[in-house]
Amino acid sequence: MNESIGVVMFVGAIGLALIGIAGMVLAGNLFRMVLALAIAEAGANLLLLLAGYRWDAVAPILTASTVGQPMVDPVPQAMVLTAIVIGVGVQALALSLVIRIKQRYGTLEMAVARRCMQHELDAAAGVEPSRSREQPAGKRPLAAPLAAGADGGGHD
Amino acid sequence: MRSLASLLFVGGLGFLLLVIGGTLPLGQPPMLVGQDIQQAAADQVGTANFVTAVVLAFRGLDTLGELAILFAAATAGGLVLGNTGSRARPAAGFILRSGCDLLFPLLLVVGLYIVMHGHLTPGGGFQGGVILAAAFFLPLLARPQESLDHRWMSLIEGLSGAAFIGLGILALYQGQAFLTPLFDRGVVGELVSGGSLPLLYLAVGLKVGAELASLLSRLAHDDEVTS
Amino acid sequence: MIWIAVVLVVLTLGAALAVLLLNNLLAATAAASVVSLGVALMCVMLRAPDVAMTEAVVGAGLSGLILALTLRRLGLVGLGIGQRGEKS
Repeated sequence: MNESIGVVMFVGAIGLALIGIAGMVLAGNLFRMVLALAIAEAGANLLLLLAGYRWDAVAPILTASTVGQPMVDPVPQAMVLTAIVIGVGVQALALSLVIRIKQRYGTLEMAVARRCMQHELDAAAGVEPSRSREQPAGKRPLAAPLAAGADGGGHD
Repeated sequence: MRSLASLLFVGGLGFLLLVIGGTLPLGQPPMLVGQDIQQAAADQVGTANFVTAVVLAFRGLDTLGELAILFAAATAGGLVLGNTGSRARPAAGFILRSGCDLLFPLLLVVGLYIVMHGHLTPGGGFQGGVILAAAFFLPLLARPQESLDHRWMSLIEGLSGAAFIGLGILALYQGQAFLTPLFDRGVVGELVSGGSLPLLYLAVGLKVGAELASLLSRLAHDDEVTS
Repeated sequence: MIWIAVVLVVLTLGAALAVLLLNNLLAATAAASVVSLGVALMCVMLRAPDVAMTEAVVGAGLSGLILALTLRRLGLVGLGIGQRGEKS
């Protein structure tokens, strides 16, 4: 009966990781993407932890009552400690970027922000915006690319 | 169409992971290194908490990398957020002020306890450091017109990071590898045991606490985005 | 003993689904903290008290705190449903 706790936790960890990945792909709002990232990281850390689980072992702390007993593997636990702290650092940086995007473009929806960014890039480069996803930006007819040795004199 | 493709991808990934998991030895891991660590940790390192022994003594370089990543993330987050504004927030009510004043010393004591007893009970530098950061953030909620002194926080963070690396270099100076635990190991289970490991965890706790407190203060204290 | 594990896993997966399906972003942040709490309890069942403490403090505490502070800074804090008509 205790052996199947590992299987239940394994299914739960995979479910969490999959819900996180699905949330990141399907989210239209940038903030919800960061939330889904947090869930996916929690699921992945749980999966790491399951690599060292023994169903008849105790926690890896040496006390008077755990002197001779088999213990759970402490190495994946140390790795998961590091991974959790790194995850929160990444989330803090992602949230700073979300705040700046909202300050700059005024919206948090990914499609609108991406279109605004593309317009800004096209305006800064001086080309006309592209009319469809398959065609490149620029005036028609497009300028011919420079010949191979035309500006080779100025480089090293 | 995009939702359908995404759900198909997620379903396929789930099936793949479940099939891989069915072949893994769940519940009976081979534990090739863990077995040696369990037998050697009490004698070689002298801590009762084996995870602390792995984090600081056997894999100390990974902890140094983790501190570097946390520093980079907190610094980059602070840089991206920009300068502090001067928005006047309404003062907090009586309950919030009294609650924060009561909780501040309790959180400090709990945080320092978890940091200092990291080699005996579950805990350590990172957990206690986050609690210390929360303890220093609470007065900002209670009194929004005050702000954290970022110069003191930078000073504490820099000095504790330097102390961590300094302890590692001290081990180099004595002829051993970088970040080998030093000083006398003592009796397993006492507060003063494990050599230089409590000092390393104290440095880690103070550094993480100062870093996260300044990041939280910067997040909370600037102009609200009006759109 | 296994029923505790099953209840915990169902609770955590339900909260994870609630993060994706709720319209109110503040409620979604609270659901993310519930997910971290569920993962911390699962770590206790897997004999890892260090990881459980770290996940509870960092995931439910610090991560929820910075998410809520960001929401306050973005101006999306509210108790209504569907903030300004934005999609989920």
